[in-house]
Amino acid sequence: MLPGYLGELQVVVEEKAREAGLDFFTVMFEILSFDQMNEVAAFGGFPARYPHWRFGMEYNRLSKSSTYGLHRIYEMVINNDPCYAYLLEGNSLVEQKMVMAHVMAHCDFFKNNLFFAGTNRKMMDEMANHRTQVSSIMDKVGVETTEWFIDACLSIENLIDVSLGPSKHLKEDKEEKYLKSGEARKEEGKAEGKRKEYMEHFLQKEDGGKKAGEAGDEPEVETPSGVLPSPSRDIMGFLLKNAPLKSWEQNILEIARDEAYYFSPQGQTKIMNEGWATYWHSKLMTEKLLDASEVVDYADRASAITAPSGPMLNPYRLGVELLRDIEERWNKGRFGKDWEECEDSSVRRVWDTGAGLGKSKIFEVRRVYNDLTFIDEFLTEEFCRENRLFTFGFNEKNRRYEVESKQFQKVKLQLLLNLTNLGSPLIEVEDANYENKGQLLLRHLHEGIDLRLDWAQDTLANIYKIWKRPALIATILSESPTLLKFDGKEHTQIVTG
Amino acid sequence: MKITQDKARFREIIRGKIRKNLRKYISSGEMIARSGKDIISIPIPQIDIPKFKFETRQQKGVGQGDGEPGDPLSGEQAEGEAGDRSAGNLPGEHLLEEEITIEELAQILGEELELPRIQYKGKERIVTVRDKLVGVRRSGPESLRHFKRTYREALKRQIASGTYDPMNPIVVPIKEDKRYKSFRREVIPETNAALLYIMDVSGSMGDEQKEIVRIESFWIDAWLRSQYKGIECRYIIHDATAREVDRETFFKTKESGGTIISTSYKQSLDILAADYPADEWNVYFFQFSDGDNWSNEDNKLCVKLLQEEILPRSNLFCYGQVESPYGSGQYLKELKEFFTDDQRVALSNIPNRDAIVESIKEFLGKGN
Repeated sequence: MLPGYLGELQVVVEEKAREAGLDFFTVMFEILSFDQMNEVAAFGGFPARYPHWRFGMEYNRLSKSSTYGLHRIYEMVINNDPCYAYLLEGNSLVEQKMVMAHVMAHCDFFKNNLFFAGTNRKMMDEMANHRTQVSSIMDKVGVETTEWFIDACLSIENLIDVSLGPSKHLKEDKEEKYLKSGEARKEEGKAEGKRKEYMEHFLQKEDGGKKAGEAGDEPEVETPSGVLPSPSRDIMGFLLKNAPLKSWEQNILEIARDEAYYFSPQGQTKIMNEGWATYWHSKLMTEKLLDASEVVDYADRASAITAPSGPMLNPYRLGVELLRDIEERWNKGRFGKDWEECEDSSVRRVWDTGAGLGKSKIFEVRRVYNDLTFIDEFLTEEFCRENRLFTFGFNEKNRRYEVESKQFQKVKLQLLLNLTNLGSPLIEVEDANYENKGQLLLRHLHEGIDLRLDWAQDTLANIYKIWKRPALIATILSESPTLLKFDGKEHTQIVTG
Repeated sequence: MKITQDKARFREIIRGKIRKNLRKYISSGEMIARSGKDIISIPIPQIDIPKFKFETRQQKGVGQGDGEPGDPLSGEQAEGEAGDRSAGNLPGEHLLEEEITIEELAQILGEELELPRIQYKGKERIVTVRDKLVGVRRSGPESLRHFKRTYREALKRQIASGTYDPMNPIVVPIKEDKRYKSFRREVIPETNAALLYIMDVSGSMGDEQKEIVRIESFWIDAWLRSQYKGIECRYIIHDATAREVDRETFFKTKESGGTIISTSYKQSLDILAADYPADEWNVYFFQFSDGDNWSNEDNKLCVKLLQEEILPRSNLFCYGQVESPYGSGQYLKELKEFFTDDQRVALSNIPNRDAIVESIKEFLGKGN
């Protein structure tokens, strides 16, 4: 429970935030000690997750680095309704105030950004259910067996289709699963027959073969631009439907996939979400909430958040600067045809039509954009120059990372590339009956960067655990088309071109 | 905390990794350099869940700050691994520094080498009886009543039965509410061990030979420490004469000159007589040499000292012969002739670092 003085503070902060136009779920704050904060952080913000060693590893890492003062978690907030957020015990009042303002903006973002529209707003409960389910599976089949399969599922957690909103996809799956499950069970004995049908099931569904009655009631979830919607990219979903899984295995894969889709919008909007929260805490604090006596402390904390972290891009900073830039441009009318076509830099510098559209524009931006489209649309050459952005890469000759270019087009392209598909390689199911042997063939859509070989091989071995037949991936290694294969015993690597 | 279970599981996995690589760790000697008083930190590669990921070095990113094309990223050194690139989207490679207690390590060693637990000499001569509080039960003497638990039970009962009034919060325990601390009587054998390390430091023992001795005695130490409550170590070096030294000197001293092994035996017998009465101490001898003794007569004298004085009062006598280019290795043959079947004697030949593990097994595998 929040102690009285913080409770009063929350009322004030919420009031100011609503006045400013933010619209959020009910926010429940909890005060946590250092240890508890690290625990919750290790669980990805949740008070409980299913049992798995990686949370223990993460906790060790966090508690070590916070002991040595390398980091401090100020704030954490869960996309849930009500929205849960945590405050660190022992923070000063001005810090708590700032964190509260920051959290309100995150919560507003969760509630209103399009990409979060389909997320499960009762994820707290869902996570607790996952914990119960996995624990009972562990009781049944043993901890190590369960873990062995969880590890395999986590190995493909980036093989989802981020361009599809979580909602519809998951919902349809579940319905279909229930319809199908009886039939699937029957089929388990005769893998032969099942293999022949595998694609049919899959394609039928993805072709948009909606069940009658369902088509009308659901609003179309808009597909973000930038990534082509490709049904076969949801490899987790493909395996869930077509791999010969025991029911507990199916349960675990489903859990892993649910969580992957739940977290995916957060990955897609990190820059915007942090930028939005930073923009608002700074605005609310400086304009409404700060006491004169708190200004210096506030300035100190606030500057730490947006300080450039070495040469690396700080998403808080990039996000907030871009939002402010947008606000200014729309306030001064620096958009549209006239502005684009004006090439006189002296005119541009003093351009101000008094449009005053800044506020409504940034609210619109927070509703309909994700990082990819945000950067694509609003990163300008001026901004890039003022913020001294550059691209870097590893120079094999000098064995070090070096600045490569400061050209606007290159910087922008690079940023977009890094944001595409959450920074993961694009991989699709190509054939689930490769060579007519029931082997699963994936294809890596190579866009200039190779896969890391040892990891790719280990991942194939994990896919084998799920698919239970040989797994292959077609990719390009050192400019040669290559087929990597794991057949249950050994890895092979065949250059195909 | 809920994380406790995950931490324990992670720890088990780490232990598995350490066990798998134990032989490598042992022969590299790396752990010794990293040992503190009770804790060793071991670098192990971060355990990650493999995914399809981009080759790190081919990946480019976007940064912010000063610098012209061709400049190194600030903070970047040649050959340096990119640290935490969370913002720039490039993952770095990490080593986990896992801390592990020496005791735990000894356990792993014991499991991996299948070392038997030690049979204490002289049975349960000296024991301490201790009462340990363990948990809570429903019956017991009033003097051990658990105040808080009792009242909590009473409160629970009153709330459940509706007799609790928050405005008048009186809680009265009845008999069923009472909880008592329970205890268990433990009998702890007071087992102490004295370890006598003897090393030949004559000219023929080189640095590598000493390093082998150092590594091996570290692990022997760790194992015995996990088996005994108190351990005392004494160090004797000898060439043609013997003297007692501290641990540091033991591993560093290099003398020239000949080798008379019997001098060290006499010296250790003096130490035993002075400090370690036979009925209270388990005594272990670990002797390391390249096997070159001064004369045949001295060999005979040594055998006689062993048979008549040293063996009767020790749990175990271990002789490890470190191969050196100069030593003849005669002493091992000599001992083998007399003691091959003696359960109190362990003999081992250690040609190189890789043989350390087997040697430890030969020494400690007897369980006495």
